[in-house]
Amino acid sequence: MKRVFWLVALLVTLVAALGLVACGDDNESKETATPEAAATATPQAAVTGTPQAATSTPVVRSGPKDVILATTTSTQDSGLLDILVPVFEKDSGYNVKVIAVGSGQALAMGQRGDADVLLVHAPGSEKALIDDGSAINRRLVMHNDFIILGPEKDPAGIKGMTSAVDSLKKVFDTGSSFISRGDDSGTDKLEKSLWKKAELDPKGKSWYEESGQGMGATLQIANQRDAYIICDRATYLAQSDNLDLVVLVEGDPILLNVYSVMQVNPDKFDLVNGPGGKAFADFMVSDKGQQMIGAYVDKKSGKPLFTPDAGKTYEEIGMKTPFG
Amino acid sequence: MDLIWDGLREAVRIIRTGDYAIWEITLRSLLISGSAVVISLVLGIAVGAAIAFNEFRGRNLVFSLVNTGMGLPPVVVGLLVAIFLWRSGPLGHLRLIYTPAAMVVAQTIIAAPIVTGFTAAALRNLDPRLRTQLYALGASRLQMLWIVLWETKLPLLAAVMAGFGGAISEVGASAMVGGNLAGDTRVLTTAVFLEVNRGNFPVAIALSVILLALIFVVNLVLTMVQQQERM
Repeated sequence: MKRVFWLVALLVTLVAALGLVACGDDNESKETATPEAAATATPQAAVTGTPQAATSTPVVRSGPKDVILATTTSTQDSGLLDILVPVFEKDSGYNVKVIAVGSGQALAMGQRGDADVLLVHAPGSEKALIDDGSAINRRLVMHNDFIILGPEKDPAGIKGMTSAVDSLKKVFDTGSSFISRGDDSGTDKLEKSLWKKAELDPKGKSWYEESGQGMGATLQIANQRDAYIICDRATYLAQSDNLDLVVLVEGDPILLNVYSVMQVNPDKFDLVNGPGGKAFADFMVSDKGQQMIGAYVDKKSGKPLFTPDAGKTYEEIGMKTPFG
Repeated sequence: MDLIWDGLREAVRIIRTGDYAIWEITLRSLLISGSAVVISLVLGIAVGAAIAFNEFRGRNLVFSLVNTGMGLPPVVVGLLVAIFLWRSGPLGHLRLIYTPAAMVVAQTIIAAPIVTGFTAAALRNLDPRLRTQLYALGASRLQMLWIVLWETKLPLLAAVMAGFGGAISEVGASAMVGGNLAGDTRVLTTAVFLEVNRGNFPVAIALSVILLALIFVVNLVLTMVQQQERM
């Protein structure tokens, strides 16, 4: 009998403690989220001056309130989502849970129904999710570009080259140190596609290393090692204060970095928040969302980070063969 | 070196102005890890007492399992908890993934073996004659446990400190099951990680300083309690 009593007591304590923590923090987040949202939303609204900002009211809905957004690290590390998400939450009444991982992992989450909406930059792999029915309604959101960085001394001599593939060939031929993400992220997929186009396989070479980490962390490794690296422009600008690496190759259309939004298919996964996912995707391509994206500048350099692209196609942006 | 000074200056500034929602994040770190340690303590005392006081077959095996648990890699715990709590996982319908509760679960799994190990060792080191004497005096099982725990409160406080240290320093599992959501599941460790990735090193250093200070204060308080009890 006593054992049973102990077990029950234990379970009750456990559940009570869990409940307390969950509720306590929920209330706290609501209280604190509102002033934050207001603080970040106001200056942005002033910049964009959208009339919708004043008229839109939170939508009354039933169903789950939480929307899980699986996305790439660059959208969070650049600070863009810090601006967009609070405005969307205020307008729609949804609560967005931003899970910033590599695009590869974000797509895998979509494929398992572990997220409601995806904001990623790996066109080829995105198509696979559309094809197998786990994601629907892919729409282009924005683009910037990838750049090839390297040490100022530039041992491979690629500075100013116009072809990304040719510059990688030179890195390969000179055996210059190169750091890869190696984490199946969007950036990693682009890099792999470039090596493939160059018909070279750097894997296993002593000068080629994979970090397996996010863009910011990998940039730091390349910086410490005086290595070449491919990086998205948003992360580079955010980190440029801390970097000795310089931009060596840019402007090749192959280096376009296009972000798309897709909804995870609620017909395929029972637990997916279909309306919530759709609401966020719609917001990203709405006039208001697009204006905010276009107006967003890097805090340190003051340079714009993304070009809004809603309603365009890959061809219109200039991307001939979507990588990934 | 400049970076460290920048970081310290930033720490002072953040603490003074309450920027970066610093009190909220610190309080959340305390709440989540504190809950995990309280649950671990309940579990640890129950399991620790069971294996310290009872002779049974496979006791050494249980002991070595607990000791293995004391060195459980947090990232493995994070992955396991995530697999269970993801919507596609067996407990997905509970919708616990990316909540503070999920972080409490993960940190409990990390801290509980530490607390259990310390507790079991402390109880085992107790003079066995105390228990025989208590039984002879007609104490019930519960009364006995209470008195025995009171006798071992000093090592138990050490167990709490070790468990708390493990829980609050944890980053991999917390990020994986919590998602590092601002205003919801962002704690000091995951905030440091994010700011490093963003290249905001002074902020990252400032947050680290605050985390260290928090662990120090908690341990200082517990140590003072411990020393007072000794006198």
